[in-house]
Amino acid sequence: MKIDPIHQFNIEPLFTLGHIGNHTIAFTNSSLFMFIAVLLIALLMLASGRDLVPGRLQSVAELSYEFIASTIRGNAGAEGMKFFPLIFSLFMFICVSNLVGVVPYTFTIATHLIVTAALALLVFFTVLIYGLYKNGLKFFKIFVPSGVPIYILPLVMFIEILSFFLRPVSHSVRLFANMLAGHIALKVFAGFVAMLGFSLGALGWVGGVLPLALTVALYALELLVAFLQAYVFAILTCIYLNDAIHPGH
Amino acid sequence: MAESHGEAKGQKAGAHTEAEGGHHGGAFPPFDSSNYASQLVSLAIAFVALYLIVSRIALPRVGGTIDARQNKIEGDLAEAQKLKDESDAALKAYETELANARSNAQAIGNETREKLNAASEAERKALEEKLAAKLADAEKQIATTRTNAMSNVRGIAADAAGAIVQQLAGVTPDANAVNSAVDASLKG
Repeated sequence: MKIDPIHQFNIEPLFTLGHIGNHTIAFTNSSLFMFIAVLLIALLMLASGRDLVPGRLQSVAELSYEFIASTIRGNAGAEGMKFFPLIFSLFMFICVSNLVGVVPYTFTIATHLIVTAALALLVFFTVLIYGLYKNGLKFFKIFVPSGVPIYILPLVMFIEILSFFLRPVSHSVRLFANMLAGHIALKVFAGFVAMLGFSLGALGWVGGVLPLALTVALYALELLVAFLQAYVFAILTCIYLNDAIHPGH
Repeated sequence: MAESHGEAKGQKAGAHTEAEGGHHGGAFPPFDSSNYASQLVSLAIAFVALYLIVSRIALPRVGGTIDARQNKIEGDLAEAQKLKDESDAALKAYETELANARSNAQAIGNETREKLNAASEAERKALEEKLAAKLADAEKQIATTRTNAMSNVRGIAADAAGAIVQQLAGVTPDANAVNSAVDASLKG
C-alpha cells in the first residue's frame, strides 16, 4: 500500500465546456466544488428564515454577516462598508470551500495557487484602482511614511513599494500553502494507519493508534485553519482596502 | 510573458499526462498549468455569481432582518420607557392625591373634634349650672328644714328640761330661764 498524498490535488475534467485559443476549458472537480461552495453559501444566506428570534441556520447567517461587518468597520472604517459584498463573498467562498474540503474524498479549491492568486489579484487591483480613483496621485502617499528622516526616505520608499507589490504574493501563498500543507499532513498520517495495519497485521493495528490520534488532532487543527485562513484573507483585504480609503499613514 | 511560459509548461505537462495514461505521476497538480484556464474560467463564473447573489439578495435580506430586529428592540424599549414614565406620573399623581386627601381628612377631623368639644363643653356648662341651681335649692331646703328641725329640737329640749326640772325640783321653772339655758347648751 503506497501513500499518495498528492493524488487529492489532481484536477479531473468532468466534461469539456469549450476552447479559448489553445486552452481547453473543462468543467473539473475543482469547478464542481466552487459551485458547491457558492450553492451552500446561497442556501445559508437565502434559505434561512427572517424571524425576529432567529433559529440556528438564521443565527449562522446573521453571525457571519455581523462578523464580517464588524471586521470591516474595525480595520477599514465605516467607508470600508462599500466593499462589504466583496469581502463577504471572499470570506464565505474561502471559508465554506475550505470547510467542505476537510471532508474526506472532497476537493479543496484553495490548494491550487492559481485560485488563491486570482483572488489575491482581484483584491490587489481593487485596492489599486479604487485608491487611484478616489485619491488620485495622493494615493502614492502610502509609499511615503510621514516622520521619516529625508536621508533614509528613498530606502523606506523602496521597501514600501516592494512590499506593496509583493502583497498579492504573500496574500495568495499564505492561503494556498496552509491548505496544501495541512491536507498533505493529514493524508500522510492517515496513510500511516492503513499502512501499518496492512503490513504488520495485529501489531500494526495497535501501532496505528498513535498516527490515528495524530490524525484526529490534525483534523481538528485543519478545521481551525480552514476558518482562520479565510479570516486572515478577509482581514488582510480590509487592511489593504484601508490604504486605498485612507492613504495617509 | 508569464502566459506563454505557462502555456509551454502546460503543453508539456499535458503531453506527459497523456503518455502516462491519465496518471498524474510527474507534475505536482497545483503547478500544472494545463488546467489553469479551466480553473480561472470556473472561478470567475462562480465568484461573479456568488458576488451577485451576496450583494443583490443575501446581504440586503439578512441586513434587513437585523435592522428590523434592531428597530423593533429600540421601539419596544422606547415604548417601555414611555409606559414607565406614565406609570411614574400616575404614581406621583396618586401620592399627591393621597396626601391631599389625608390633610383634608385631618382638617375635617380637627373641625369636627372642635365642634364636638365646644358642644359638649356648652352642654356640660348648662348641666353644671342646672346642677348648681338644684344644689343651691337643695341646700336652701336643707337649711330651712334644719332651722325648722333645730327650732323644734329647741322646743322639745325646753319642754323636756322644764319637765325634768319639775320632776326633780318640784318647781315649775321660769320659761325664759329654761329657754336661755337650752340655748346655751345647744350652742355649747
